Amino acid sequence: MNAPLLSRRSFIVAGLSAAGGLAVGFALDGTAQALPIAAQPWTPEGKPAGEINAWILIEPDDTIVIRVAKSEMGEGIFTALPMIVAEELECDWSKVRPEYASPNRNVVEHGVYQQMGTGGSRSVRGSREFLQQAGASARARLIEAAARRWNVPASECMARASKVLHEASGRSATYGALAAEAAAVKLGAEPAIKSPDQYKLIGRPTARLDTPVKVTGEAKFGIDTRVPDMVYAAVAACPVFGGKLKTFEEAPIRGRRGFVGVVPLDGAVAVVFDRFWRAKEALKALPVEWDIGEAAKTDSAQFCALYREALDGPAATARNDGDADKAMGSATKIVEALYEVPHLAHAPMEPLNCTAHWTADRVDVWMGTQAPDRALALAAEAGGVKPENVFVHNCFLGGGFGRRAVNDELKQAVLVSKAVGKPVKLVWTREEDIRHDRYRPQAALRFKAGLGADGMPVALNLRTAVGSLLRSLGMGKVENGIEPSAVEGLANTQYRSPNIKVDCVLKNTHVPVMFWRSVGSSQNAFAVESFIDELAHAAGKDPYLYRRALLSDRPDFVNVLDTLATKGDWGKPMPAGSGRGIAIHEAFGTIVGEIAEVAVSKTGEVRVERIVAAIDCGHVVNPTTVAMQVESAVIYGLTAALYGEITIKDGRVEQGNFDDYPMVRMADAPHIETHLALSGGKKWGGIGEPGTPPVAPAVTNAIFAATGRRIRSLPIKNENLSGA
Amino acid sequence: MLALMVNNRRYELDIEPETPLLWALRDEIGLTGTKFGCGIAQCGACTVHVDGVATRSCQLPVAEAAGKKITTIEGLAGDTLHAVQQAWIAEDVPQCGYCQSGQVMAAAALLAANPKPTDADIDAEITNICRCGTYPRIRAAIHRAAAMASR
Repeated sequence: MNAPLLSRRSFIVAGLSAAGGLAVGFALDGTAQALPIAAQPWTPEGKPAGEINAWILIEPDDTIVIRVAKSEMGEGIFTALPMIVAEELECDWSKVRPEYASPNRNVVEHGVYQQMGTGGSRSVRGSREFLQQAGASARARLIEAAARRWNVPASECMARASKVLHEASGRSATYGALAAEAAAVKLGAEPAIKSPDQYKLIGRPTARLDTPVKVTGEAKFGIDTRVPDMVYAAVAACPVFGGKLKTFEEAPIRGRRGFVGVVPLDGAVAVVFDRFWRAKEALKALPVEWDIGEAAKTDSAQFCALYREALDGPAATARNDGDADKAMGSATKIVEALYEVPHLAHAPMEPLNCTAHWTADRVDVWMGTQAPDRALALAAEAGGVKPENVFVHNCFLGGGFGRRAVNDELKQAVLVSKAVGKPVKLVWTREEDIRHDRYRPQAALRFKAGLGADGMPVALNLRTAVGSLLRSLGMGKVENGIEPSAVEGLANTQYRSPNIKVDCVLKNTHVPVMFWRSVGSSQNAFAVESFIDELAHAAGKDPYLYRRALLSDRPDFVNVLDTLATKGDWGKPMPAGSGRGIAIHEAFGTIVGEIAEVAVSKTGEVRVERIVAAIDCGHVVNPTTVAMQVESAVIYGLTAALYGEITIKDGRVEQGNFDDYPMVRMADAPHIETHLALSGGKKWGGIGEPGTPPVAPAVTNAIFAATGRRIRSLPIKNENLSGA
Repeated sequence: MLALMVNNRRYELDIEPETPLLWALRDEIGLTGTKFGCGIAQCGACTVHVDGVATRSCQLPVAEAAGKKITTIEGLAGDTLHAVQQAWIAEDVPQCGYCQSGQVMAAAALLAANPKPTDADIDAEITNICRCGTYPRIRAAIHRAAAMASR
């Protein structure tokens, strides 16, 4: 009633005025002051004066608006990417304000923002160079504009802190005053970008720009969208994946207050009311019949057997060094182990939602998406309008972790808006989120090693059976039975052995699977790092030194391991019932090693007390967010390791909310330390995901050190460790 | 009609008395800082103060909140940010930020009742879920806010 509503047109106006002046909030000293970020971080459509290029808009008051073409889901990209631009722009950082780049403009201007999807821990390493170039180019044009104004050679001018200076004459001009002229400058040649030794901002711990709006409740997530005449939809999909909607009976809910309509969807039904609560309650009272099909006869025990049996069947070979089968015959000792992991849900804190406004010639959607480009194309297809007439207003994402890379909720919202002829906010309940995710696949991995007399592996055979993400998503092609993510961390294992064979069996069930924070590495690192630990113990060697010996060809790995061992107190005595475990994994261009300190009580309760991480991502843009992302990745992986398990019964997911899909909370959260062990050079590694894979094996290896019990199947909660 | 006092302002709402306070705040009044996370009082994203007590608003019928003093994240700051909000900024707590309204409200209520909480107090009282795993920083920020208030 008192909150501002955004109409599509007033949204545009609001956007423009937001670009012309900062949002106002509280400063630390309590005075009202400009916020570094708008609560609604959308870019306005169109090209205001002062736009130097698609990335940079300079206001007359010297505000530097930097467009961000990646999604802010907690990873700190709204700070890191502007830092990269600002490094070259030589602007006053305190005047920088990020906002989302327009996905519509990316269509109309043929990819001016390149690929806008956020995933694969790729944002910094994938956009750094062109963002630096955009910043450098804008700086050169501002200098050129000043030089022309003063009639002096550009080479006599320099840029510093949002001003161009001509020292010989003592003249200066602000970027704000020069912006419109700079926008018209065409450079003869693009300036060179800085080398890392010249960085002033990149590498400096920098407060996140989105923090203030996130402690006052002002930050707008997709679910907070309000547009005039908006109605609300609650949705239920067929409880068995792939099932169809057979019939529903509208009569029992038609007379309820605020009823708008019931909309049948593909394998789902949406109930539309004037308020979400009414829609959600009415959905419970709606009689629905589903055509559940044959998949309703399946359960997790069958899938478990399916993946185990698949390990004995034909496989595609992803790597074949030497002759592993033959070399096994000459080994002094054979070690074999089977590892198993369950399906996992993403469970971002903000349940999936999308607000859509369909009209015959234009579609607007407001949501948090990791893939604005794909979202736009999907909205165009679902709404039957041209892509250039679709406007995706990306909001802050209340968590992503891969889930918001494919926007099932968007298609539903567009279809419902079209059916009822009004803007619709469609919200999934938590139960819908847990039961209709696209999950981290279940997998079984069987490894075999032949050890030589020195305890080192003369042969390794790593074999995985797992669901194909690409087949499940209907995206791309699976070539020769191998999918890169399925063998990530297996086919490219850096552990040295003259004979290595990696086999892959892709097998899908009716359960949809997708990218889950760290993707294939989430299960493969658990298996590899558990197995290496088993080999070290079989060889009678220290697990840290054993890894160090097998990785000695890679100085960056060795540096991470040594940093980790020192900072993590490797080898120091621990009380009875406690132990340390170590694990290391490279993914997304980054190496992360972790040591877990774990205590196991006599009754079998596992307490993870401390995690020490060492990381080599080559270069760091913002050390503050790197530490935050490692902490985040550790807790995310720890929830999965300790508790995470989606099980299927009668073809449907058994869990539904945080009471039966539990999370690590404050009381379970270990003390976490992050140490940088940077190798620099050409390496620019990702940071959002690589902290997750080592957690589970570090913890299970620590449990082994504490109790002598080897956990080969996750989650840990299923293991009875009492009396261990 | 049902009268609700939220952030020292009176609202007259024509809604079903069993509507959870969460939805009255978000969809009727338009205060969207209070978040929907689970709907079963498990996650705490919807935490507000009801007569000063941290309360998960997704499970409280609006009729039971009538006549009580309700404070949401939008009403926590006075002329200055609340000490908890200042400490949250100083410790770089939020990541995605979605659960943080609830975390801040839970922490503010804890400190009002217990100005010097121990780690064990924090473990027992701060049970809100954060999928970004900001717990270590939340703990540090609560201690910082306690120290700020005692200065």
